[in-house]
Amino acid sequence: MTGAELGARLRKRDLAAAPSAMNLLENRAPEAHAERAALLAEVDPARLGGEAPAHVVGVTGPPGAGKSTLLSALVRAWRADGRTVAVLAVDPTSKRSGGALLGDRARIDADPADRGLYVRSTAAGERLGGLAPATRAAAQALAAAFDVVVIETVGVGQSETEVAEAADTVAVVVQPASGDVLQFLKAGIMEVPDVLVVTKADLGPIAHRARRDLHAALASLGAHDVPVVAVSAYPPPEGIEELVAALDAHRARLDLAATRTRARRLGALADFTAEHGERGLRALGGRRAAQAWLAEQDPALGEPALLRALERRASV
Amino acid sequence: MSHRLPKPDPPWMMRTYAGHSTATRSNELYRRNLAKGQTGLSVAFDLPTQTGYDADHELSRGEVGKVGVPIAHKGDMHALMDGIPLDRMNTSMTINATAAWLLALYLVVAEENGIDPSALSGTTQNDIIKEYLSRGTYAFPPGPSMRLIADTVAYTVEHVPRWNPVNICSYHLQEAGATPVQEIAYAMSTAIAVLDAVRERVPEEQMAAVFGRLSFFVNAGVRFVEEHAKLRVMALLWDELGHERYDVADERHRRFRYGVQVNSLGLTEAQPENNVQRIVLEALAVTLGRNARARAVQLPAWNEALGLPRPWDQQWSLRIQQVLAYETDLLEYPDLFEGSKVMDGLVGELLEGARAEMARVAEQGGAVEAVPYMKTALVESHRKRLARIESGEQVIVGVNRFEETEPSPLTEDGGILVVDPAVEQEAREALERWRATRDGAAVDAALAELRRVAATDENVMPATIAAARAGATTGEWAATLRDTFGSYRAPTGVGEAAAPAPGAELAELRDEVARVSDRLGRTLKILVGKPGLDGHSNGAEQIAVRARDAGMDVVYEGIRLTPAQIARSAIDEGVHVIGLSILSGSHRELIPDVLAALGDADIPVVVGGIIPEADVPALKAAGVAAVYTPKDFEITRILRAVVAIVADGSESHPPRAAA
Repeated sequence: MTGAELGARLRKRDLAAAPSAMNLLENRAPEAHAERAALLAEVDPARLGGEAPAHVVGVTGPPGAGKSTLLSALVRAWRADGRTVAVLAVDPTSKRSGGALLGDRARIDADPADRGLYVRSTAAGERLGGLAPATRAAAQALAAAFDVVVIETVGVGQSETEVAEAADTVAVVVQPASGDVLQFLKAGIMEVPDVLVVTKADLGPIAHRARRDLHAALASLGAHDVPVVAVSAYPPPEGIEELVAALDAHRARLDLAATRTRARRLGALADFTAEHGERGLRALGGRRAAQAWLAEQDPALGEPALLRALERRASV
Repeated sequence: MSHRLPKPDPPWMMRTYAGHSTATRSNELYRRNLAKGQTGLSVAFDLPTQTGYDADHELSRGEVGKVGVPIAHKGDMHALMDGIPLDRMNTSMTINATAAWLLALYLVVAEENGIDPSALSGTTQNDIIKEYLSRGTYAFPPGPSMRLIADTVAYTVEHVPRWNPVNICSYHLQEAGATPVQEIAYAMSTAIAVLDAVRERVPEEQMAAVFGRLSFFVNAGVRFVEEHAKLRVMALLWDELGHERYDVADERHRRFRYGVQVNSLGLTEAQPENNVQRIVLEALAVTLGRNARARAVQLPAWNEALGLPRPWDQQWSLRIQQVLAYETDLLEYPDLFEGSKVMDGLVGELLEGARAEMARVAEQGGAVEAVPYMKTALVESHRKRLARIESGEQVIVGVNRFEETEPSPLTEDGGILVVDPAVEQEAREALERWRATRDGAAVDAALAELRRVAATDENVMPATIAAARAGATTGEWAATLRDTFGSYRAPTGVGEAAAPAPGAELAELRDEVARVSDRLGRTLKILVGKPGLDGHSNGAEQIAVRARDAGMDVVYEGIRLTPAQIARSAIDEGVHVIGLSILSGSHRELIPDVLAALGDADIPVVVGGIIPEADVPALKAAGVAAVYTPKDFEITRILRAVVAIVADGSESHPPRAAA
């Protein structure tokens, strides 16, 4: 099946096209390049007649914070609500061998007969900042077909920056008594997320204290309206509905077109820099000049089109 | 001290870990074994019973009656124990997640035979932590599981005083690759976790009795001198723990009591007759020194690495024990090692190591909290062990040295027990009949009460016994608790396993993976899966870790997956090859099911595990690309073959853009 065909199927919300579309988007071979671009062109805002309808949610946090258990409960809640969900789980890659153990999908309790849930795990590769090379493109493509697209990454302090550029809403997940998140927030190492989630609410007082401390830290940064939700994914689950509502509320407040346009422009610039490096950036007059130039382009342009435009401008 | 005992010690209790097919057939086997001089029973339950599913559950497919006997309700337990005098029998049950339930069935059967619970003696294994670490037959999350254990302890101490409610297992830790130090430290840490949990549920004055009822189930490998030292260390630490942490005054309550099944991990498929020598030497490790001698011994059979042992194979193992106890002079002497410089030195070494490792577990908040830490440590130890074997540094006769062999007359006919595949259908039909004839309203009421109790802090045993009496099934009891407690997936431990500096062979494989990945356009991706209920995940974990070290993207989802789940993951994840591991004998059913669930997805499947030679042609005919058995111990070599299978596939079908 060609890239254009796969893209068209996603545009028509044919969820069964997801695995093949992902295989293509992850394919780095030069001969697959044109097919990849054809797929993405089928799902860009111009072709869709607007932004892709999905809510793209970034879920990130330190290892062991309970992200996967939480995600499992969230997926259940979304599915119970009739929403289709795609999860892109990004795992760290072993620096030494280049291989990766993609374990997290195991923790999302999925019914194999449920066609409304799609889970794909990818290795982050050599790229810093958490996302796998194809994740941004994958999120954009799957957003045409699914109601919710989740990008799950591991880490704190750097991964949420790149996730923030690809997602409409970023939830940072922490467990009680993890002081580093507090420190990272205060020191500005970590950007303020859209929603903060404290897991293991069944721990009672400890979780409540964590929630209070995070509130205080956010308030001191002037971020009074960032919701801090305490959840427990073990039965009886607690806080999952509040979390779904908090994510929805953030999305409802969002200027979606502006967010997505910004995401595409940042994404195109990131790809350009990955491909052509500092020398390429200099040809554009530096990063700030490139950003200013991108801001003047047609907001409906998809990422591949923006990347091509940058390359033309830099004549690389 | 005289160098002779005034009179010889009585022999330890002799058991055979047994059970298969149905309760009735297992009962016949038990009676025959007892007639041969076996002095206690050791019940092997099948995997559905161990994990809390009835025979008609989707996950039970292929597993019913395979590695043990299916017990669904009190009627099955009656049949299993038919004609066996429970008040004079010592019954050990290898049961963990569902221990409270199987104990309840045993108690109800005794009650209905007019036997007082105070007359019952035996053991429920009931150690959940090693299930998360190694054996994989857990059902509930750690918190509720520890509560179930504490409830059974609190109940038996009061009502079934001669019962050992918990058998802390170091056995399965060694099977998962534990070093002696790890085996000691993790078992002792588990015991502390259990005792601390029980302390909250029984009156303080009962704690000495509780301490006295805890027993251990240990392993013994072929390095039998060090293994004996390990047991002496455990006895020392146990005494110290009773004294210092739990204030147990009576020395008898602090005595280290243990049963043993010697090592299966080291039993080989190649030249399997050599396993007999291994088993004999391992039996010496647990019997040689009187100060740390086993109370109960069961020995594996020589052909365990080939498949399920037959009654004759098990008889051979019982005869090993009998020769040791009745023919030799072993039981006539006091401890052989008292004053031995070598033994004292070994004990000191292990004691120091174990104390340090126990401190590390304690730092993490105890054994329950430290499960991920311990799991990672075990995966790492096992990885090192395999690396030593692959390099030849650790000699295994017949495997990596002295491989030349004459054809074996012992395995000419396959040499294993094959469970009649009709057993599963029989069990399903019997279950239907049972459900149709019992008092449904009474069962519903009993399960409703169980549900209520589970959500409170009350002891779950009385409601469990009432449900057993009413005729509820294993699956119903567990499902009720799953609803309240939630289900759980244990950590796989593979994520944090260290990546070693590659040897030449691994480096070569890495180059090949890179070459094939380039050709495919994306990194070679493999799914390592364990279909069915078999929780023995060491092999799958080692394959997963090595595949990562070779540069592949590895989807490893842990244990207990249905064929449908595996197929769905493989397709969704876009893997290039699937590797399945099965040790429970369910490969005949489950592998074809995976292939069927894959439909027209063109993904090659390779299979590893305890696969009898005779089953290989059928698997290949069904579409399996390759089969690996314990003979294939060189993981890098296996992976090279797997990569070649992917490369061949991609070369025979030129890559399509979206493939």
